[in-house]
Amino acid sequence: MSDFSREQVQHLAGLARIALTPDEIDHLATELGTIVDNVRKVSEVATADVPATSHPIPLHNVLRADVVGDVLTNEQALAGAPDAADGRFRVSAILGEEQ
Amino acid sequence: MSDDLTRLSASALAARLAAREVSSVEATSAHLDRIAEVDGGIHAFLHVAGEAALKRASEIDQLRADGHDVGPLGGVPVAIKDVLCTSDMPSTAASKILEGWIPPYDATVVARLRSANLVPIGKTNMDEFAMGSSTEYSAYGPTRNPWDHDRIPGGSGGGSAAAVAAFEAPFALGSDTGGSIRQPASVTGTVGVKPTYGGVSRYGAIALASSLDQVGPVSRTVLDAALLHDVIGGHDPRDSTSLDELWPSFADAARAGAENLSLSGLRIGVVKQFSGDGFQAGVTQRFTEALGILERAGAEIVEVSAPNFEYAIAAYYLILPAEASSNLAKFDSVRFGLRVTPEGGGTVEQVMAASREAGFGPEVKRRIILGTYALSAGYYDAYYGSAQKVRTLIQRDFDAAFEKVDLLVSPSAPTTAFRFGEKTDDPLSMYLNDITTIPANLAGVPGMGLPIGLAPEDGLPVGLQVMAPAREDARLYRFGATLEALLEDTWGHPLLDLLPAQPTLQARTEPEGGAL
Repeated sequence: MSDFSREQVQHLAGLARIALTPDEIDHLATELGTIVDNVRKVSEVATADVPATSHPIPLHNVLRADVVGDVLTNEQALAGAPDAADGRFRVSAILGEEQ
Repeated sequence: MSDDLTRLSASALAARLAAREVSSVEATSAHLDRIAEVDGGIHAFLHVAGEAALKRASEIDQLRADGHDVGPLGGVPVAIKDVLCTSDMPSTAASKILEGWIPPYDATVVARLRSANLVPIGKTNMDEFAMGSSTEYSAYGPTRNPWDHDRIPGGSGGGSAAAVAAFEAPFALGSDTGGSIRQPASVTGTVGVKPTYGGVSRYGAIALASSLDQVGPVSRTVLDAALLHDVIGGHDPRDSTSLDELWPSFADAARAGAENLSLSGLRIGVVKQFSGDGFQAGVTQRFTEALGILERAGAEIVEVSAPNFEYAIAAYYLILPAEASSNLAKFDSVRFGLRVTPEGGGTVEQVMAASREAGFGPEVKRRIILGTYALSAGYYDAYYGSAQKVRTLIQRDFDAAFEKVDLLVSPSAPTTAFRFGEKTDDPLSMYLNDITTIPANLAGVPGMGLPIGLAPEDGLPVGLQVMAPAREDARLYRFGATLEALLEDTWGHPLLDLLPAQPTLQARTEPEGGAL
């Protein structure tokens, strides 16, 4: 069985920007182990001679005319924002004190 | 003919509207009344359009009265899965992180509904961000199966399927990433179609896994699904994966199938891997009986082996979380959705992490973390890379099968509707529920689910899934309409005539309120 340590889950949660509670970390460490054990079987048949498929229907570059399209207005773009000022999204500090 | 307008199929209702025997306001009111009467128990809707729907219906009535051509479905009500952006209704994907969010634009499929003069009556419940097979992961509470309120309506599109099964809407839009249209259809006795990948625009569909997601119709009859597919399908320059080609009329295909019930010359493959252990006895029994009906109608039934389908779930639960972890990065508390500031403030990164912690439910977190792991350095080739190779192998299995047969069939789901709570403690058993539907998403081929009876042991609906080669969606509609007609000849009525009466419970949704 694959073991996920609490530190590993904590690290992944940091990468995914989710502030998990200690309880959630405990749960996920167990659950991820079980899931990963089951999905690992893909490697049984994924041999070197098999090409990867990223997309179900083959497509080529999709281009359009280089003209301004029908886009959102500034007000529309900001309409759902938690906070906005002067026609822009407003957020808290980008850098912490230690940075 | 029944005076209850909610019992009519969309096509029958459209005919009565066209004949001016009923108005769109009457048809819309009838469905809103039905929602008010039964949705407190079923909870298929997260938002009911109420007055807005009646206003739109009245406009369409006026257009018709003024002699305008309002199209074949003009004035017919339609429900919309909450994963689709609607500029006049909240669009939450059943997540707290998008509670009350009203998008500044319509999804292309929604815009097409409006252009076709359909009347959106509300937004339907689902598993949060379409992650689940039971709607138990909706942040706003589960939807109940109209056949048995103690059981799940399937997922993720359980709201659309339950709304249609319970006569709250004639038809609805759904989305299908690993079976979210076909599996709910199976457990509610309704029809659902996942089109060929790229056949229907994904623009404005809140993305789960972009290489798997497809929007499609949910209905009570094959013809109704075809009519809705005709409205929403076709090329959309706003979706770069949209197929730039002309499609035949799916409604014509369905009508042809209902007209000519002979299947002689049709080769139907039964997927060997989708039988045996794990398939409920009553499901297998009804499926076998359906094969008998097909054979008597002249079809040639052959067994087909798809050895790599066994690896589909494993590949899916790597590809989906990987793509989802990337797609859901947009919920960053900056541009839309929930913002939670930690006590004492914090940097934008800390605010983001606190917002996502508060706004995402457990299954969403599980899949994002799993996807982050599968994509991380050192594991990418072993997991995501291998899963993409399995995708190739599954496509090859389909190619080999379609060399021999015209269509593939299987039970739509291994079991009938299960009880609430049965699988929520074990994510893996929930995932296994999609074993029959996932391969079509991985390969991009179209699939339809339609009802084939009730399982003798529990009296709950059983579905048959039929799959065709990519771009051959019309084949599904022709075949589906034939099988539907043959079955209804046998039964003497549509399956949903057997739906139990629904308890009357006042809907919890406010007619013009937010998502709950």
